[in-house]
Amino acid sequence: MLLEYIAIGVLLFLATAVAAIAIFLGELFGPKRKSDKKAQPYESGMLPIGPGTRRMPVRFYLIAVLFILFDIEIVFFLPWAVVFRQLGLFGLIEMIIFIGILLVGYIYAWKKGALEWE
Amino acid sequence: MTQLDFITVLPIAFLTFWVCALLLADLFIKRKGLTAVLAAVGLAITLGLTLMQVGRSALGFNGMLVLDGFSIFVQTLLLLSGLLGIALAYGYIRRMKIERGEYYGLLLFSIIGMMLMAQAADLIMVFLALETLSIPLYVLAAFARPNPDSEESGLKYFLLGAFAGGFVLYGIALIYGATGSTQLAQIISVVNLSGGFEGIYNPTLMLIGAALVLVGLGFKVAAVPFHMWTPDVYQGAPTAVTAFMAAGAKIAGFAALLRVFALAFPTLSADLSPVLWVISALTMFGGNLIAISQTNIKRMLAYSSIAHAGYILMAFVPFGDPKVLPVSVAAGLFYLVAYTLTNFGTWGVVIALEKAEGKGLEISDYAGLGRKYPALAAAMTVFMLSLTGMPPTLGLVGKFYLFRAVLEGGYVWLAVIGVITSLISAYYYLRVVVTMYMHEGEAQTEREFWLGLTTLGAAVLTVLISLTPQWLFILAKDAVLMLF
Repeated sequence: MLLEYIAIGVLLFLATAVAAIAIFLGELFGPKRKSDKKAQPYESGMLPIGPGTRRMPVRFYLIAVLFILFDIEIVFFLPWAVVFRQLGLFGLIEMIIFIGILLVGYIYAWKKGALEWE
Repeated sequence: MTQLDFITVLPIAFLTFWVCALLLADLFIKRKGLTAVLAAVGLAITLGLTLMQVGRSALGFNGMLVLDGFSIFVQTLLLLSGLLGIALAYGYIRRMKIERGEYYGLLLFSIIGMMLMAQAADLIMVFLALETLSIPLYVLAAFARPNPDSEESGLKYFLLGAFAGGFVLYGIALIYGATGSTQLAQIISVVNLSGGFEGIYNPTLMLIGAALVLVGLGFKVAAVPFHMWTPDVYQGAPTAVTAFMAAGAKIAGFAALLRVFALAFPTLSADLSPVLWVISALTMFGGNLIAISQTNIKRMLAYSSIAHAGYILMAFVPFGDPKVLPVSVAAGLFYLVAYTLTNFGTWGVVIALEKAEGKGLEISDYAGLGRKYPALAAAMTVFMLSLTGMPPTLGLVGKFYLFRAVLEGGYVWLAVIGVITSLISAYYYLRVVVTMYMHEGEAQTEREFWLGLTTLGAAVLTVLISLTPQWLFILAKDAVLMLF
């Protein structure tokens, strides 16, 4: 039973070992000349501006959550549209219920002022 | 969707509709007390719809949801605990200045998840219900923001809960790999057809999958060694939320465990019963021993709720034995009722003594309660006796049925451990009673109508039902799992 997995196990081991050996040898034999330029973080070739861990306004999070609301809607809309004729009235009612639930969330977010960018 | 599907899902569908409407209505309601009343009305109507289903059994949505005596029993219990949860929260969240209408919406959403969990007949449904019940609870735990304790509690619960959810999902994936289905009925038929070793059925994968599902659900019901989140979350969350969480999440978690294990995994009982035995024993010992050293009442009750998860888990140990199973399921359900009632009463007393900013939560704050508020102190005494398992309370009867079921299954030592740990627990439960009656102090309580009614009502019921427990046990026994 477990023997079937032995090939995967060997592969896992070999892959890890090869990678580890390569890193280890590079560290051992590679030349090391440190300079300030090299210690800088790499930002697509541009000169770095500011530290890497900046604070983000929490509003972006809210926008992301709202985005999911409509994104999911589209994700479900597309396959439904493809088989709209086969599903008929049943599919239409199901979709109306689905949209209705999303609409509740939308109205709630709207009323709570989540859509306003202060 | 056929008519049968509709009947199967009617209470849940109604409650979903009601919550959505409530969420919108709350935007225009100024006095949040009205939201609470509307939420309670919704629960009451749902309870009526659920009770109308008594006696029916059906399999809906192509075997995704099941309706049987078991689900109706569990859902009734869940809806009642929702009502109790609202009664406790009504005055509390106003007093703590966290009165927002979303509280009730989230509570109801969580109950929807729990009700789905009781009806789930497919592992995917179990997972969906688990998330539906958990996500509102994460938010509720952090409801007292910007109180750092509450925020910590919510975040901790969320991170660890999501982690546990991952275990369940991984387990489901492995079970699907082992049997080719996620439906409980088909899983068991694949296992039975294969005779254990042939065809697509893969017993090893199945066992690992079942173990992972056990880990995930064990987390939800706070069984040792998956209990580490419990004290912090229970302590940090607003007390009314803790009360609901301790009862509701446990009921739902045990309902799912019972159904999944008894229906889909009985063939694994040779391997999993010893595991459950050890988890149950560890949970009883761990919870009761660590509770001894607690000085904060919320933390102590958190450990006590861990210990009680251990007692209820005893009912699972004989899950593969078809002769004992009906009795042990009934005993488990009975204990859940007893625990729920006592739990809400106890937390009600805690809420009555709690003051703003986490004051009034030490056990020493209960000194002098016996002299100043005899009724409240008497109620607390009843709950402490019930949690210990002493007469004349429901806790004793519940433990009696549980130990009897375990003994019938032939697990003598487990019953012995149950009795020993109950004795240990007497130490810290009775310490509260001693503090209330024998220490001098100036205990202060808040007077609220619904809170007082819930607490005293729970105390009276705890004693009264224990005098004639037979009818409740018969109800629990009739609430059989539907075998497909």
